[in-house]
Amino acid sequence: MTASVAGLDRSIAVRPRARSTSEPRVVRWTLIGVALVFLLLFLVVPLVSVFAGALAKGFGPFLRGVRDPDTLAAVRLTLLTAAVAVPLNLGFGIAASWAIAKFNFRGKNLLVTLIDLPFAVSPVIAGMVFVLLFGAQGWAGPWLRDHDIRILFAVPGIVLATTFVTFPFVARELIPLMEEQGTEEEEAARVLGASGWQIFRRVTLPNIRWGLLYGVILCNARAMGEFGAVSVVSGHIRGVTTTLPLQVEILYNEYNFTAAFAAASLLTLLALVTLAAKRWVERRREDT
Amino acid sequence: MIRLGAVLPLIRLATLGVLAAGCRAEAQRDPGRAVTLLNVSYDPTRELYTAYNAAFAGYWKQKSGQTVTVSQSHGGSGKQARAVIDGLDADIVTLALAYDIDMIAEQAGLLPADWQKRLPDNSAPYTSTIVFLVRKGNPRKIADWPDLARPGIGVITPNPKTSGGARWNYLAAWGYALRQQGGNAVAARALVTAIYRNVPVLDAGARGSTTTFVERGIGDVLIGWENEALLAVKELGPDKFEIVMPSTTILAEPPVAVVDRVAKKHGTGDVARAYLDYLYTEAGQEIAAKHFYRPRLASVAAKYAAQFPKVSTFTVDETFGGWRKAQETHFADGGTFDQIYQPGGRLDGDRASR
Amino acid sequence: MKRHTVLPGFGLTLGVTLTYLGVLVLLPLSTLFLKSAGLGPSRFWDVVTAPRVLASYKLTFGAALAAALINAVFGLLVAWVLARYRFPGLALVDALVDLPFALPTAVAGIALTTLYAPNGWIGSRLAPLGITVAFTPLGIVVALIFIGLPFVVRTVQPVLQDLEAEVEEAAASLGAGRWQTFRRVIFPAVAPALLTGFALAFARAIGEYGSVVFISGNMPFRTEIAPLLIMTRLEQYDYAGATAIAVVLLLASFSLLLLVNVLQWFGRRRALA
Repeated sequence: MTASVAGLDRSIAVRPRARSTSEPRVVRWTLIGVALVFLLLFLVVPLVSVFAGALAKGFGPFLRGVRDPDTLAAVRLTLLTAAVAVPLNLGFGIAASWAIAKFNFRGKNLLVTLIDLPFAVSPVIAGMVFVLLFGAQGWAGPWLRDHDIRILFAVPGIVLATTFVTFPFVARELIPLMEEQGTEEEEAARVLGASGWQIFRRVTLPNIRWGLLYGVILCNARAMGEFGAVSVVSGHIRGVTTTLPLQVEILYNEYNFTAAFAAASLLTLLALVTLAAKRWVERRREDT
Repeated sequence: MIRLGAVLPLIRLATLGVLAAGCRAEAQRDPGRAVTLLNVSYDPTRELYTAYNAAFAGYWKQKSGQTVTVSQSHGGSGKQARAVIDGLDADIVTLALAYDIDMIAEQAGLLPADWQKRLPDNSAPYTSTIVFLVRKGNPRKIADWPDLARPGIGVITPNPKTSGGARWNYLAAWGYALRQQGGNAVAARALVTAIYRNVPVLDAGARGSTTTFVERGIGDVLIGWENEALLAVKELGPDKFEIVMPSTTILAEPPVAVVDRVAKKHGTGDVARAYLDYLYTEAGQEIAAKHFYRPRLASVAAKYAAQFPKVSTFTVDETFGGWRKAQETHFADGGTFDQIYQPGGRLDGDRASR
Repeated sequence: MKRHTVLPGFGLTLGVTLTYLGVLVLLPLSTLFLKSAGLGPSRFWDVVTAPRVLASYKLTFGAALAAALINAVFGLLVAWVLARYRFPGLALVDALVDLPFALPTAVAGIALTTLYAPNGWIGSRLAPLGITVAFTPLGIVVALIFIGLPFVVRTVQPVLQDLEAEVEEAAASLGAGRWQTFRRVIFPAVAPALLTGFALAFARAIGEYGSVVFISGNMPFRTEIAPLLIMTRLEQYDYAGATAIAVVLLLASFSLLLLVNVLQWFGRRRALA
């Protein structure tokens, strides 16, 4: 099982490489330098400006901003939304990548492209399609109203829009990885009498776990940060249907810049927590 | 690595949460118990209604013994109206312009077409006007509308296509030109075109424009609602900005209405009507005035006279024949606003989609 | 390469995939087509080819392409550095790359505008050089770079990590220089992922709204992006017109992604042959 050995190597991120497969010191540091300057300009500086805005008036207002009941309600809704959307897309991603990477069939390219599609749909449109579908003037609107079921401007609508927007992340991460790894190992396991579930757990999962994790992390980050689509379906009812990104906008529009940036930094922290979790999993893996 | 056993309860919990929230629709029909109203409003009224809701809850508790909680929803006026049309369960709408409530009546039939006649003063319990916010000391000597058309003046105003507030700004300039000696549509078009040629940034919303002017330091003058300008001066720098009142401006009448069909379904009609009526009382007017909206009630207006200088105003109805007509002439595709930006100022293929 | 496999689960997983895809993506998106079809062909054509709309396509696609190209170059570099080198703060930098996904687009737009406005921290430094970023097409490109970067890095990075050292060692032992190894061995291996990342960043940039409206200035014919025109249609309660422009954007993105997927499929087939 060479692939899984390589996987372990990867988990240590970078092992010292032989001279023959590494670059001269100068090249190395130049590349690192250029990459860091690019990231500094395009990512770090905006991030710093968010935190600087949050802490502009000191820690007191920052904490008040974070502890605002509406903000806390928004945090809860955001976490709930991610807790539904991410597992759904995880399950889908595994199923889709298994079917696509391990088998050949007609229309595969089309299927892969359709899976990518939500990436390419403007968030404005992503929200709008659910309005056209479930809105009072939409297809299912009258039926839903008669049965007193609320989807739009309530939690289900927010979850749906979020799931739509984050739909491809896990599948996108897994498909190339599983295609690259081929099917030999799984077939060998099959010949040795393993069941489908056993093959997946014992052979495939260890091989794809990093891709899977990346997918989940990206999916989660985007699920928590989605603004455009959710903004269309939320109805902006304070403390009820405002997610954290919407809350940020509300606070910003109230000229409450400190609280707005505080809520934004909270969101960034949530994303960083998932990344810390990833590191932790990696480390534990190394120890055992 | 990811154990299904650990994830399952989480999924189950989350699903339950979603279902519970989805089934919240059950209305409050017992008049003795607590009741919730949803007031769907536009952006600049957040502060006003936060204060007003608390006052009304106290008043209503005393009057009827019922506990009322008012949920707030704010956003761009047109977007909010669309949400109500698409099923956002608003008991009350308090929007930036009558056209948006007209559309709720027309497209969703949630309230009668003559809704605006049901409450006094065109259903607008408080008003505002369009004013100029300039940098302290008024360095560019901006006094009236024609000054905005002077070459080299940077004018900040949002995009009338996406912002209801911006449509008031546009009509204010247009109406001013009509009301000058010998004023006509040609002169009005010339003035408005010259003003918009001075606009370097068309933000999508009114508060975006305020940020552009105040935080980014772009432009010499911001056109906006008086209440927004007063708030901006108070919140963002009394020592940095001042307000200039043009000689003639528009009377902005943000209307309010009960959404009958929704209120009926919720059984909240009485409390919703009381909510709007209370806006017209002295207490309600006082709160509006405190949040920089001009009160209708003479007694309260007198008290806040210093805050709201007298100015000659005109209304949309008398000058433009109502919102519907104004919208069609000026802001629909191919309307006068689009013509400003058409190369050569002519009507183009865009007309077809009107 | 048609060969039978002994692996189980094809029917189940494909069924799950198609159902989920159908319910969650295709059914909602079909409403766009139906709604815009209500316009009739000639009005549809008028709406999507009005001069102002055409100008917005040009801007949207141009800015998206520029941003995606820049992201492809720097994204590859960042992925390479993250995957291959060890330096202090690596973990932190690795974490930062996902930031654009996590930060709400509105916040990103506000933060970028604050920085690049003429009185902003970066804008004020660029102004003496005669470069204005905020409220120009350049500002749109900056916002789109921010939005798209993780797509490139996160698609390329796993492939780079997965490349087995043996291949490179073999190349080296055969006398290939480092640059040669990169060009002949490493680059071809990551090229498909890079192409995917580029296409995703590009497609995402076409639809981006939240961050761009703050920094673009929204001037008709100059800095007005196509998604903004969708919003202005909605503001006029013109759902059909809005969906018409949406359909054009959607088809453009879809063709782009399909093209990339087909190209890759050919690439793989050639590699196997």
